[in-house]
Amino acid sequence: MAAKNKTPVEAASAESMARRQRDISVSEFFLKNRHLLGFDNPRKALLTTVKEAVDNALDACEEADIIPEIAVEIRQVGEERFRVEITDNGPGIVRAQIPRIFAKLLYGSKFHRLRMSRGQQGIGISAAGMYGQLTTGTATCILSKVKSARQAHHIEVQIDTRKNTPTVLKDVEIDWHPTFPGLASEKNSQPEPLMSAHGTSVAIEMEAAYVRGRLSVDEYLRQCVIANPHLQLHYRIVLKSPAPAEAGTPSGETPASNATPTPPPTAWVSFARMTRTPPPPPLEIKPHPHGVELGMLMQMLKDTESRSLRSMLSQDFSRVSSAVALAICTQAGLDPKANPTRIANRDSEALFKAINDTKLMRPPTDVLSPIGEELLMAGLQKEIRADFCTAFSRPPTVYRGNPFQIEAGLAYSKPGENEELAADDPVRLLRFANRVPLLYQTGACAISKSIIGVNWKNYGLAQPRGALPLGPMIIVVHIASVWVPFTSESKEAIAHYPEIIREITAALQECGRRLSVFLSRRRRQAEMDRKRNYIELYIPHLAIGLKDILDLSSKEEQSVVTRLRGLLERTHLET
Amino acid sequence: MASPKKSAPPPADAPRRIVTKEEASEQIREVGHKIFTDIIRKNRKPEMKFPIRSLANVKYNPKKGYFEILGKQSTRTLTYNTVKSFAQSMRLLATTKKDLLDKNDIAGKREVYYNSKSWGECRFDEQPESDTLLDDIEGMLGINREQLGYIPEERGGDVTGPLTVIDRNPTSGEVVKINCAKLGSGAWSIPSRVEHLQFESKAKFILVIETASLFQRLVHHRYYEKADCILISMSGVPTRACRRFIRRLADDRRLPVLVFTDGDPYGYCNIYRTLKVGSGQAAHINSFFCVPQAQYLGVTPDDIKTYHLEDATHPLEEVDIKRAKDALKNDPFIRHHKPWQDALNKMLALGVRIEQQAFAKHGLNYVLDTYLPDKLKRRDFLP
Repeated sequence: MAAKNKTPVEAASAESMARRQRDISVSEFFLKNRHLLGFDNPRKALLTTVKEAVDNALDACEEADIIPEIAVEIRQVGEERFRVEITDNGPGIVRAQIPRIFAKLLYGSKFHRLRMSRGQQGIGISAAGMYGQLTTGTATCILSKVKSARQAHHIEVQIDTRKNTPTVLKDVEIDWHPTFPGLASEKNSQPEPLMSAHGTSVAIEMEAAYVRGRLSVDEYLRQCVIANPHLQLHYRIVLKSPAPAEAGTPSGETPASNATPTPPPTAWVSFARMTRTPPPPPLEIKPHPHGVELGMLMQMLKDTESRSLRSMLSQDFSRVSSAVALAICTQAGLDPKANPTRIANRDSEALFKAINDTKLMRPPTDVLSPIGEELLMAGLQKEIRADFCTAFSRPPTVYRGNPFQIEAGLAYSKPGENEELAADDPVRLLRFANRVPLLYQTGACAISKSIIGVNWKNYGLAQPRGALPLGPMIIVVHIASVWVPFTSESKEAIAHYPEIIREITAALQECGRRLSVFLSRRRRQAEMDRKRNYIELYIPHLAIGLKDILDLSSKEEQSVVTRLRGLLERTHLET
Repeated sequence: MASPKKSAPPPADAPRRIVTKEEASEQIREVGHKIFTDIIRKNRKPEMKFPIRSLANVKYNPKKGYFEILGKQSTRTLTYNTVKSFAQSMRLLATTKKDLLDKNDIAGKREVYYNSKSWGECRFDEQPESDTLLDDIEGMLGINREQLGYIPEERGGDVTGPLTVIDRNPTSGEVVKINCAKLGSGAWSIPSRVEHLQFESKAKFILVIETASLFQRLVHHRYYEKADCILISMSGVPTRACRRFIRRLADDRRLPVLVFTDGDPYGYCNIYRTLKVGSGQAAHINSFFCVPQAQYLGVTPDDIKTYHLEDATHPLEEVDIKRAKDALKNDPFIRHHKPWQDALNKMLALGVRIEQQAFAKHGLNYVLDTYLPDKLKRRDFLP
């Protein structure tokens, strides 16, 4: 060993090592690994904060069957300091839960349930608050009013990063109603603000940067409206100085550097909802045995309220009847009446194997709430002026015991109408998971992989090898699932499950087929126009020649032109 | 096979069809009228018929002595694909009628090409386009383009010897007599239009020579006096005017025509064959431009051995071999004449070609002192 002739450091003993071994709080862990949560840089931090708050608001409204209305305000308070405030008309939060929801990591209602929702782990909004606290020393400020209460709670919390517990700095009751800018209409150009009887507002001050472009808050909110047609959204950003343009952004999107920059909107920008019908509320299901891993199975056996193995299997899982539970027990050679906790310790492996050897019904798939073909198309058409637009929903299916459903759509731009969509650029891609737009990590996502895997040349688009197809087009893909498999906690890319890729591919192929019908019809039309122009170009000359040879009158010359046009167009243009 | 309809223009091999400008003009009017009727009265797509101009549509007629065009016609119906050339044909016919025939004017092929530049989108982009269309019109009307008022650009060829050409002053009509024996060291140039010429001559035959340098040698040593012949230089493949001139002169004075070219497939199959029986490309007018009485003097493959010229030859090139093989397979004239097949096969076997100047090996004037007299005495000409 090379270290032989070095003075050896005093070897650590088990006792000395034990002195250094202690708890790591989750808050501390994420403080050091904040990139996992989407706070790796100031620009992304701003987006992630907005995203987490909007996701929560939408989830809450959906669960409470409220048609959501959300206002997002970003106010620059210092050179690199922004205050983000998101207000919703959701059900509100009861006083007791507020500190933990906003200042305790891994606290939430969604992690333990299998139900289609935007949030999953209960990290997002607390992490945003923690990030703000870390970078500016300020507290997260929450206003919340539930319908039954007369007054709203005004609470300011910080997170104790050691213990992962909330520290309440301020806790008062005030008169407050969530208020939203009204929608300007033809009749009413100065609308009254809307006030809601319930709702929540979160404000976080943080170090951040605002840059316009494909990865901006603006883009996120625009896409959010597409995926949530029932959402009415208001947005404004108040900057101290004009925002710098993102390098490489098409000039159509940002003002030229020397021209007087258009200041970002200080007035509210409102996105009116496209429908008042909220999506059907997603249903909660129990886990399917085939989607459960050994460790989780052990945990479920320990946590169950059932007294026997057989009843635990049939109670805690979906698609396991009492008879099937018995069959599993027999297969595993276990006593159906055995105590589940004991099984967890000793025989869980045999049980796990038996479960996977048993044929089971697939989990119920009618628990998801897709956007729907029509609304997906309406959203796309709101985004670009399209010549052709289509959407297709696959029937729900299952990966690893989790039901999921794929929807895909595409919109082909009118030529020359959408400057940022050039014919020889890659298509623009909108990715959604449970109605949440995904902006980062495009390359790592199963959606991108599936699009690249489809042979778009079959459908009339150019496609470089191993890349997105080219064309003035937007492709949208939505995956709805009770548990969307992300590649990381920051929820930016879908993991590459073969079942998911297969479904996305099938949906895209259907859209592609429809596109090719449209494109070939359009090509035929263009070919016809070209032929017509060509014919139009030479017929008059033919008539001039005849006129010169036969001394025709202008009237006769004209009738030659008319007649020939009819003759040629009849055979060559009507196919 | 389409046989020409009654209303169609007379076949191109009608004997020596000389038309007046009024007749040509009227014929164009008829073409236009038929098209106009198709469009307006019959409400159908007009069409034009052209004889196909290629070796595949000619037959060697040994009695008449030239490539005779067969009945194959291509019909150009007005469609999307033909609308441009159809329009160009109409405009070209109109120009021919209005600007040339009716105004008694003339134009060169290149002038026609430039004239089309005033037609806007209908213009010819390159001259070969207008040349081809002009050939089509010539075939369709069955009138050679010289009679339509088009003058060739190329020089016709040179003439020296005991011949007096009777021409006319183009403006005054006054008779001009040219004595081709009294031109000193020079020669008389054949004009582009030769129909009006008349001849006086006591020569015994016409000797047609491929290269200008050998022609100059024969002129310099006044070979035409010694052999009592008319010398004509072609400078490569003979022009229409040159072919027509030789034909008219030979017919008029009843003179035999002997042809002396390089001994290679080009000299045999392109120069000599075209002079004698015409070409596939101009099949529709071969009856005008052929010299059936022509015979081939040399240089033949046999001459190489007879005159000890083995070391004055060149190996056949790829293109020569291809040309020879192609002629053996496809040229109706070669296929008709066994002696020509033998000559080409012999050349292929020897693998060499020989130039007219090769006789200089035996002395500069060997060709006129020995070779020509010898050949004329032996009279072993190829057909």
